[in-house]
Amino acid sequence: MKKKNLVKRIATLGLTLSLSAGLLAGCGNSTGAADKSSDATASNAGFRTLDEIKESGEINIGVFSDKAPFGYVDENGEYQGYDVYFGNKLGEDLGVKVNYVSTEAASRVEYLQTGKVDLILANFTVTDERAEQVDFALPYMNVALGVVSHEDNVITSLDQIGEDDQVIVISGTTAETYLTENKPEIKLQKFDTYAAAKSAFENGTGVAWANDNTEVIAFAKENPGYTVGIEELGEKDTIAPAVTKGNDTLKNWINEEIETLGQDKFFHKDYEATLTDTYGADYEDTLVVEGGKTE
Amino acid sequence: MPDLGLEVLFKGINMQRLLEGLWVSMRISLISVAISMVLGLLLGALMTRKNPVIKVLTRIYLEIVRVMPQMVLLFIAFFGATRVLGIDIDAEAASIFVFSFWGTAEMGDLVRSALISIPKHQYESGAALGLTERQVYYHIVIPQTVRRLIPNSINLITRMIKTTSLVMMIGVVEVLKVGQQIIEANRSSSPNAAFGIYLTVFVLYFIACWPISMLAKFLERKWN
Repeated sequence: MKKKNLVKRIATLGLTLSLSAGLLAGCGNSTGAADKSSDATASNAGFRTLDEIKESGEINIGVFSDKAPFGYVDENGEYQGYDVYFGNKLGEDLGVKVNYVSTEAASRVEYLQTGKVDLILANFTVTDERAEQVDFALPYMNVALGVVSHEDNVITSLDQIGEDDQVIVISGTTAETYLTENKPEIKLQKFDTYAAAKSAFENGTGVAWANDNTEVIAFAKENPGYTVGIEELGEKDTIAPAVTKGNDTLKNWINEEIETLGQDKFFHKDYEATLTDTYGADYEDTLVVEGGKTE
Repeated sequence: MPDLGLEVLFKGINMQRLLEGLWVSMRISLISVAISMVLGLLLGALMTRKNPVIKVLTRIYLEIVRVMPQMVLLFIAFFGATRVLGIDIDAEAASIFVFSFWGTAEMGDLVRSALISIPKHQYESGAALGLTERQVYYHIVIPQTVRRLIPNSINLITRMIKTTSLVMMIGVVEVLKVGQQIIEANRSSSPNAAFGIYLTVFVLYFIACWPISMLAKFLERKWN
């Protein structure tokens, strides 16, 4: 009887403590939310308008941090790459500091929908499905899908892929969607991060790796023993900045900015500064979209 | 000696970045471990209660934690909370919340099993010796429970440290993510860097987890 009492006391104490801990955590959270909501979530379902961004003096841009040469971090801890070069220019012309957020392919849409970033510049391919979830500004790059395979077993057509063969894709990318919709019989090996997919492919998992053609061209150029058997697969797509659905002020400003930048060939300069080392000069006109105008 | 691409560690401030990444991992895991230990002890005591309501509730909590992948919990805490409740917590706080939520459940179950593993005659012998209830707990039950808890909770702690690699999915740049950033930034100049960097990350995790194992060994020996 006595023993039971003590256990009861401990249990009550425990319950009280965890409840108060919960309450404390709750308070902490709500103050955090209040901070943000004053400038973010108040009126317009989770995004900041152009004026609110300017006022805060800081723009949050989601980029890749391990996808050279588009978005990566150099040896000094600085973000670099084609997307980041553009991001820096946007920050400069907006007159705000840029705060880069490291995103993964699979979480880009979530980041925008929850307003945790104002803008995504993470090699984001425009698709109809994504356009329902986020708003894309004018494009700044061309892209199609490509398939890279081992040199001794070059895949030049998807029909070559046998029943037991696996194709590597990164979750949340266009390649995954395309293959799932158009070639459901092909077995996919999915990875969450680019680095994991790359390691797996190099270690012999899968007969081929389907990804954006820029990615596979660069991969094959850098790694002897691999060939891009399929250079263009599916429809030609574009890459564009994305904002939270409905954030028209920011989207319109970016559109005007892209048109203005087109007049002095900004994206060609961007290409020459960040991509020439990887793709060579040959691909410049194929890849770059200037002033938001595709042919 | 094969080329491990270790030279990239000495480029710029790469080594410092890895250590900073390790600090982020350790900060998240150790704060979560501390919270889990305290709340887990209390939860464990609660779980030994015969009250059916408490039994059902703790059971549900434990099962939720067991069946949900930690990654899903992270997404729920970071994105879901903002979307549904409008609560915007930063990624590191969300990670600590999720790891504590997970750690508390598992720790609670460990404490519960350690508590019920103390045979009834231990309580009765204590009482027969004229010890008060408090003395029985302090001198007999708690020391034995703690000793039985150590191996399993060390296992849990090191698992929590290692699982922090998942927090990169919600944008926290921890040691493994820094490693991947370094590998990718140097993939053309040092294609072998993956070996060297992953090896370094392994050594860093080892350095972080080893003292905890040693401490456990020491405590077990001391209390035997």
